[in-house]
Amino acid sequence: MSQATDTQGDEDGTIASVSGPVVVAADLGARMNDVVYVGDEGLMGEVIEIEGNRTTIQVYEETSNVAPGEPVTNTGEPLSVDLGPGMLYSIYDGVQRPLDELEDQLGAFLDRGVDAPGIEMDESWEFTPTVEEGDEIEAGDIVGTVPETESIEHKVLVPPDYEGGAVTNVEEGAFTVTETVVELDSGEEVTMHQEWPVREARPTVDKETPKTPLITGQRVQDGLFPLAKGGTAAIPGPFGSGKTVTQQSLAKYADADIVIYIGCGERGNEMTEVIDDFPELEDPNTGKPLMSRTCLIANTSNMPVAARESCVYTGITIAEYYRDMGYDVALMADSTSRWAEAMREISSRLEEMPGEEGYPAYLAARLSEFYERAGYFQNINGTEGSISAVGAVSPPGGDFSEPVTQNTLRIVKTFWALDADLAERRHFPAIDWDESYSLYRDQLDPWFEENVASDWPEVRQWAIDTLDEESELQEIVQLVGEDALPDDQRLTLDIARYLREAFLQQNALDDVDAYSAPEKTYLIMQAIRTYNDEAFAALDAGVPVEEITDIDAAPRLNRIGTTAEYEAFIDDVESNIESQLREKY
Amino acid sequence: MKEYQTIEEISGPLVFVEIDEPVGYDEIVEIELPNGEQKRGQVLESNEEFASIQVFEGTDSINREASVRFLGETMKMPVTEDLLGRVLDGSGRPIDDGPEIVPEEREDIIGAAINPTAREYPEEFIQTGVSAIDGMNTLVRGQKLPIFSASGLPHNDLALQIARQATVPEEIDEEGDDEDGSEFAVVFCAMGITAEESNEFLADFERTGALERSVVFSNLADDPAVERQITPRLALTTAEYLAFEKDYHVLVILTDMTNYCEALREIGAAREEVPGRRGYPGYMYTDLAQLYERAGRIKGREGSVTQIPILTMPGDDDTHPIPDLTGYITEGQIMMDRNLNSQGAQPPVNVLPSLSRLMDDGIGEGLTREDHGDVSDQLYAAYAEGEDLRDLVNIVGREALSEQDNRYLDLADRFETEFVDQGFDNNRDIEDTLDIGWDLLSTLPKSSLNRIDEELIEKYYREDAGEPDEESTSDESDAAESEAEA
Repeated sequence: MSQATDTQGDEDGTIASVSGPVVVAADLGARMNDVVYVGDEGLMGEVIEIEGNRTTIQVYEETSNVAPGEPVTNTGEPLSVDLGPGMLYSIYDGVQRPLDELEDQLGAFLDRGVDAPGIEMDESWEFTPTVEEGDEIEAGDIVGTVPETESIEHKVLVPPDYEGGAVTNVEEGAFTVTETVVELDSGEEVTMHQEWPVREARPTVDKETPKTPLITGQRVQDGLFPLAKGGTAAIPGPFGSGKTVTQQSLAKYADADIVIYIGCGERGNEMTEVIDDFPELEDPNTGKPLMSRTCLIANTSNMPVAARESCVYTGITIAEYYRDMGYDVALMADSTSRWAEAMREISSRLEEMPGEEGYPAYLAARLSEFYERAGYFQNINGTEGSISAVGAVSPPGGDFSEPVTQNTLRIVKTFWALDADLAERRHFPAIDWDESYSLYRDQLDPWFEENVASDWPEVRQWAIDTLDEESELQEIVQLVGEDALPDDQRLTLDIARYLREAFLQQNALDDVDAYSAPEKTYLIMQAIRTYNDEAFAALDAGVPVEEITDIDAAPRLNRIGTTAEYEAFIDDVESNIESQLREKY
Repeated sequence: MKEYQTIEEISGPLVFVEIDEPVGYDEIVEIELPNGEQKRGQVLESNEEFASIQVFEGTDSINREASVRFLGETMKMPVTEDLLGRVLDGSGRPIDDGPEIVPEEREDIIGAAINPTAREYPEEFIQTGVSAIDGMNTLVRGQKLPIFSASGLPHNDLALQIARQATVPEEIDEEGDDEDGSEFAVVFCAMGITAEESNEFLADFERTGALERSVVFSNLADDPAVERQITPRLALTTAEYLAFEKDYHVLVILTDMTNYCEALREIGAAREEVPGRRGYPGYMYTDLAQLYERAGRIKGREGSVTQIPILTMPGDDDTHPIPDLTGYITEGQIMMDRNLNSQGAQPPVNVLPSLSRLMDDGIGEGLTREDHGDVSDQLYAAYAEGEDLRDLVNIVGREALSEQDNRYLDLADRFETEFVDQGFDNNRDIEDTLDIGWDLLSTLPKSSLNRIDEELIEKYYREDAGEPDEESTSDESDAAESEAEA
């Protein structure tokens, strides 16, 4: 978090009352959303309401023992993040304080009243300019590059609120982020560091229709319900249905340039797992360390509630900054319900009139504002970049009719519904294929046809039809038993079972199966379809259904997922299926 | 320390006092009644003229003549290793006629959040000796794994069994058992349970000698509800002290969280707050998280805090806000089941809706056994399949089902009677548990074990286990298959 300098003392006030994270100050000359420091310990807070002489502040830290009469200092600036090289590999709390820095200062437990900048101000970075003296540059333009990590070249941008002008001086070499590297004739100086208020979207030129998929490496997602680069998705599910595992798989395997992972109000041990695991993992697309493209924001459920409210904004602002460099950014927020609850909690402390289920009336507006900051953009410097936003939703009791799920569904275009029943029978990822949808399918099909297989849409439709037919047949089976069905329907059930077990299920804990490239996803679908075609041909030739489903080549379909050299294995399975079935007639 | 005799209003558990000097939020207050009785409370809201105070012991017989002292500090728990073996009331005062407790330190009861970068990820297997937990929903050190129960179910027996049997396997190797006592401690926190239940726990602790390595906090059903707000915080502060300062592995049993949440609702209503779902306060998630998240391990420190909160689901409904919010914070849940209980299963744990999120990292080769993960997955899938078929059997009868379906049905029955139902006094080690798992799985043909690695099937599959007792028809095919494979 940026350490804004104190301004004139006459704007400072005193505390009038304290109730949990809500503090009212008197005589404070602050504007809405200004950051203030509260009390003798200087706890960080934000102005959320002004009424006459009384200013209401939400405090990002525990307020125990804070008493009326203590001072409140205004910084005169809104809640902002520090942007610059050094954000990747970092782990922040909800207001962009680096957690490892806090651990050095405070020890194992998080205390309060401590501030630390979001990026290391003293560290030197090797700056290579891409502009020369005399060049005319405008706000948002790229003036140079910095090798931030092994996989990401950081582009140094002119802050969007600059006027721009002709370059009068350019430096090259090692500088800290606060030193000037480019000077303009307008008198403006460009450094590698800039600040941006979190609640304000960074400017862009235009939003475009996304046409490339965000490859997730998950068969059910890429194969049936794809997400576009620049798209939005929601993952709702009751507890224990695997939201976090799904989000983490996305963070690990999605083919984005940059990943921002926001742990919003979730479990401490889970965040620790991410913090421990990610540095050891490799990006399957580049082979570089996963952390070299990742920024983590960890606000666990027992950290102050106001910081939980702000953490999604912190995350998306950082995402926008990398988007401005022309990168594809994937942002995961786990979970947006906790964010909504933080709004509710603060709203009720303000005694605002509640909307549905106690949530504030502005819930829907806040959610859509957030998701609208995602998209495929034309940036003001002429580059193109995208932010794909994936929000987990934790509906109480798994009931999708509650306000957060419903308001989210009105905005997002991909819906990955998690199902407790599937999770109970350890069908993971527990994405319910009946309820989920993706509105990006049609606009992404050309990409899949060109890059994976020309009959991708057709094979996918076959898989969907087969699964649909299974759902209908299952209802009958529940009543009369499988043996009462005609042979062709029994065969369909068997084939659908392979779709579920060999295709939809994917073992996140298996090194090979955890990531399935689109080619593999396609070939598995195709292999099951081969079995389908051969089996129905055999059935038509008069082979009894028991004999068809009993061949020992078919169960090997289930092993494709965990096989690294899958191409040869699939060929072998397909030819075995073919020969075993054909010799029966 | 400032003293006032200016009580303006008394309402429910709240007292409003006029003040002329500011007091801090959350500050502790002593209220002295005219008859000399002392009560304690906490500042809920503070402004320049008024402070509202929540009184832990209830506002009974407080009148406007009572005097109010602000102590100038937040609630502290006096902690020392000597607390082991002691019984305290819900406000942390000894009630066992033991010697006075001389604290080594006084710790703030509102625990600070553990920095996620300082946490050590929990992956040390705790063997509870209960197959349904060890085999299917493994508990690890530093985890918070609640028991979701309902009225009339023996959750207390299960909690006691875990407290009695919990060990880490390597300790067994060194000591023969876990009786060395210097390592393991229990913090037992009773919130609003009946005196009878409390006696049951204490009697068992005494019988097994566990009391001397336990600290008991006791807020019973007839103790003030408001006090329940601080009891678990006192208990967890003690647990953290024992774990992170004194290197104990602490098991915290919190029972019954439902009573805690009811108290939360009561206070919320008294404060005229805007209620959330079913009248519970909107901040209940945050409040519960502040308790549950105090479980864990910290890098560079020996001890650990493992939590087993117990809650009774009102109306057996797991979508009720209390179990629902709990499930979103804790790392899984152990579900008690009324049907299994009436069948006499001890413990009546339904593994299907149960879950341990930290299981995958705590099991496997070098931790438990190489086949643990696969066996557990396969048992889950097979038992779920058998469960599903039971509905069908009711309609069409067993004869109408295929041979394979009948195998799944038999497996589901045997899973309940042999694997889950082991008795509250039976301590099974993990090898036994997994072997029983293989007994069951070996009744299925090898080709249906699609979640188990082929090498493990070769190693552990029992060729001789395939015969369901009552039928001989399937034997032939089983035998034929076995031969074909051999």
